[in-house]
Order: sequence, then structure tokens, then C-alpha cells
Amino acid sequence: MSLWVAVVAAGVGCYLLKLAGLAIPARVVEHPLAERIADFIPVALLAALVAVQVLASGQSLVVDARLAGLAVAFALLLLRAPFLVVVFGAALVAALLRLVT
Amino acid sequence: MTTRSPEHAAVVRDSLGVGVATGLYGASFGAVSVAAGLSVAQTCALSLVMFTGASQFALVGVVAAGGTPLAGAVTALLLGTRNTMYGLRVGPLLGWTGGRRVAAAQVLIDESTAMAVTRPSRSLARTGFLATGLSIFVLWNLFTLVGAVAGEALGDPRTYGLDAAVGAAFLALVWPRLSERRNQLVAVAAAAIALGMVPVSAAGVPVLVAGGVALLAGVLSHRPDPTEIPEPPR
Repeated sequence: MSLWVAVVAAGVGCYLLKLAGLAIPARVVEHPLAERIADFIPVALLAALVAVQVLASGQSLVVDARLAGLAVAFALLLLRAPFLVVVFGAALVAALLRLVT
Repeated sequence: MTTRSPEHAAVVRDSLGVGVATGLYGASFGAVSVAAGLSVAQTCALSLVMFTGASQFALVGVVAAGGTPLAGAVTALLLGTRNTMYGLRVGPLLGWTGGRRVAAAQVLIDESTAMAVTRPSRSLARTGFLATGLSIFVLWNLFTLVGAVAGEALGDPRTYGLDAAVGAAFLALVWPRLSERRNQLVAVAAAAIALGMVPVSAAGVPVLVAGGVALLAGVLSHRPDPTEIPEPPR
């Protein structure tokens, strides 16, 4: 699958998922188990993405400036900093660390 | 969109505030996406067509880590199922049919849902949904372009720590859900499983396998969600 195909197919798919939610009567799909799983999906996927994004390099696990960036992001989130500050704060710290090491 | 009453004006004001704050971080998506290797056009297409932040970050994140476009697309779609659930909640409240529903679906995202579900009337719910959804759509796409063009001009993204920015973005996206204890457990388990899978699978696969934690946790947890409004006894 080329990158363009993935972009368009996943984009259209995400739109159809939205439309399905508005169009399907709630009682057809409302089931406690389905709802619990649906609630957990974003948590599991996003947490996995954090871990892989920060520690994986190809097929190996490495500790580098990215982990320092994540630590800064964690601290900024605890301080209730806005999204942009968190994201670019992490980038800034990682960049500075690479500059001095 | 109607602004006839003071209530409507207040909803519009709140919605635009959320819209500006959210739309601005389209710049971080744009920068991260070109750093992952997508072109400016592909980056902008994601914001226009997909238009749901977590899925967009997921697709480019998986691709940045060396995963196949297919793995990126599947991860994005799994995260996109969340919007289906939102639609089930706000659909009856908004009460649109036909062409209006087809158009409204594109701006069905976390923020527009949040700004609609709490409203006491259909009219106010529609105002909150549209004012939030449309302002984010316009600004998110505008700032995606700004971020992508700036990111491309910068050169090697690692020099600017943009690879670290991706992890930070995912953490910020999951953060509001981590106030719940069982979500914390799911997050830690999913992260551990993903890391365990990294050495033994192709890039992109660990995240999908970790998604299985959601299935397992859903089956194992019997307690009702404490954040949900309890149903009246039948």
C-alpha cells in the first residue's frame, strides 16, 4: 500500500466511521461490552504509541533524548500546560540535549 | 448557525475559544507529519479528509517509526472508532438527517461532541457543535499547512527534536483519560506489550497488538463506568 493510498483510504474510512455514528440508531450497537472496549481502545493505542515513539528505533529499544523530551512533556502536563507548550517543550529539550551531547 | 439569544452567543463564544486553542495545534501536526516523511500535500490531505487529530498523529507516527502505510492506516481507523461512539451520543441530540447529517459528520470530533452534549436544548447543542467543529476545521487545516511548510524548510527534524514531539503529542492526547484508575492500568499494560513486541515484529505491529489490551480489559472489567450517568431502574 502506497502512502497516498493509506492517506486517502484511512481518511475516507475515518469519515465513514463518523457518519455511521450519526446515522445508525444507538440501540442497534449499544452493548455494554462494546462500549467498554470502545472506551479502552484510544487509551491502549495512544499509550502504546507513546512507548514505541519514544523508545523504539527500528527493531531495538534505545534510551536517548526522546525520553528526556517525554519526561518534560509529563511535567508540563502535570502543570496543566497547553498542548502546544507540551509538544514544543518536549522538542526543545530533546534538541538542546542533542546539541550539548 | 443562530445567535438570536444571549445563551446562543455565550455558546458561540465558548466554542470559538475551544476552536482557536485546538486549531492552533494543527501546526504541530503539520511539522510532525513532514518530519515523518509525508509530503506537504499528503499532510494537508490528512487534515482535510481524515480530520481527527489522534488518528492523524497515529498514521504519521507509525510511518515515522518505519511501519508500513497499511499498519498506519489500520491504527488510524481503530482510533477513529471513538468518533462512531460520539456520533451515537450526539446524533439524537442534533437530530439532523439527509445532506445536513452527511456534512455534519465531517466535524464530529472530540471537541465538537464535548461542546454539544452538555446543552439543554437541540438548538444550543447544534450551535455548540457547529461553532466548535467549523472553527476547528478551518484553523486546523490552516495551521497544518503552516506547520508543514515550516517543518519542510527546517531540514532534519531530529535536530529540532521533532521526533520527541510526537511522543509528547500522544501523551498529551491520552492525558485527559488517565485520571481514571483502570485507564492507567490499561495504558501501562499496552505500553509494556508494545515495547515487548518491538524486537520481534515489524514496525507498526506492536501498537496494533497492544490494542488487544482494550479487548481484554473490556471483557475483564465488569464494574460500570463511574463517569457515566447511571440508567434509571427498569
